[in-house]
Amino acid sequence: MYDLKYHRATSVDDAVAKRAAASDGQFLAGGQTLLPTMKHRLAAPSDLIDLRGIGGLAGIEVSGRNVTIGAMTTHAAVAGSAELAKVCPALAALAGGIGDPAVRHQGTIGGSIANNDPAADYPAGLLALAATISTNKRKIAADDFFTGLFSTALEEGEIIVSVSFEAPAQCGYAKFPNPASRYAMTGVFVAKGGGGAVRVAVTGAGGDGVFRHDGLEKALAAEWSASAADGVAISSDGLMSDIHCDAAYRANLIKAMAKRAVSAA
Amino acid sequence: MTEISMTVNGKRTRAAVPDNTLLVEFLREHLRLTGTHVGCDTSQCGACVVHVDGRAMKSCTMLAASAEGAEVTTIEGLSNGELHPMQAAFKENHGLQCGFCTPGMIMSAADMVARYQAAGRELTEKAIRHELEGNICRCTGYHNIVRAIQDGAAKMAAG
Repeated sequence: MYDLKYHRATSVDDAVAKRAAASDGQFLAGGQTLLPTMKHRLAAPSDLIDLRGIGGLAGIEVSGRNVTIGAMTTHAAVAGSAELAKVCPALAALAGGIGDPAVRHQGTIGGSIANNDPAADYPAGLLALAATISTNKRKIAADDFFTGLFSTALEEGEIIVSVSFEAPAQCGYAKFPNPASRYAMTGVFVAKGGGGAVRVAVTGAGGDGVFRHDGLEKALAAEWSASAADGVAISSDGLMSDIHCDAAYRANLIKAMAKRAVSAA
Repeated sequence: MTEISMTVNGKRTRAAVPDNTLLVEFLREHLRLTGTHVGCDTSQCGACVVHVDGRAMKSCTMLAASAEGAEVTTIEGLSNGELHPMQAAFKENHGLQCGFCTPGMIMSAADMVARYQAAGRELTEKAIRHELEGNICRCTGYHNIVRAIQDGAAKMAAG
């Protein structure tokens, strides 16, 4: 890892000020992606501003069906939350499937969505749940937040404070993990709202990162069953091809994972 | 350089380290606690697992400065003098061959047993295999490691 200057932020404002003063600063949340990337010298920020010392950024609040998760809440905390499991067990299960137990003790929901890895799990969950991402400056709808590969609507000096959503009547998540990295080769999160509206978000497959699938949403809104996905044509246009599998294989995985996700819901 | 202070295996420690020092580097190279190993550079192998404030974490994927004020336990501090029940179980069940991954295996095992006990969940063989996702052994295969953890869990519950 290249040399760097470490800062411990005491508040969100302090973190923003410290990053603004750095030549090429980065916020450090759980570090489970950023630090390995820096060890490989694929990233070399001049300054790291550690967010761990900031109070009030971690924790899960469930009020009725309204859920708010602090940005610094670890995957382990989300996976182990009894309150969350009562209203939205699929998101708790999603968090419990990220990385491995030791990674889940450090990695955070805010760090994950700020990075917006095209094969990460949380972007699919938050997009399907129509979550709102609250920053120190504004509230951003998940539909507007995830803008492409490793890119988000976050601006300079903007820090995620929390994410919130209304737990849908039913939801489920299924992923086909890469056998080595456990990242999603394709993951599908399905959510059915109280009014019958269905949102389906796909991660691990899109060439531009997480996306909603219109065809699956229409089919599942008409009939909420795994077999309803059978008749949906899944185009491989715009899907990733890499050494793990090609776009056509991923297109088939989208259908297979959507069916499993509905069955799990 | 950054001033850091933390408690490692019950001892308060204070040092000035380069800002990019990883926790595992601090443990091994500054404190000479070489039981914590580094087996990869991708955060996958788990040989470096230690407990930070009671939770298993990969010390290769954490800056030493981020552990400011924390209670850190390494394999050297898991027990006082006598073998920890999980260490005894690994020895008795031949849960290691070359031993390189063993410190991380044992720290992860002690963590999973504690978590399952706290949650009142049964740590089945299947659960152990799933929980070992982040610990890689390149020589024994996992059968004896899983047996050792089952035995160690029983010993910890009895102890």
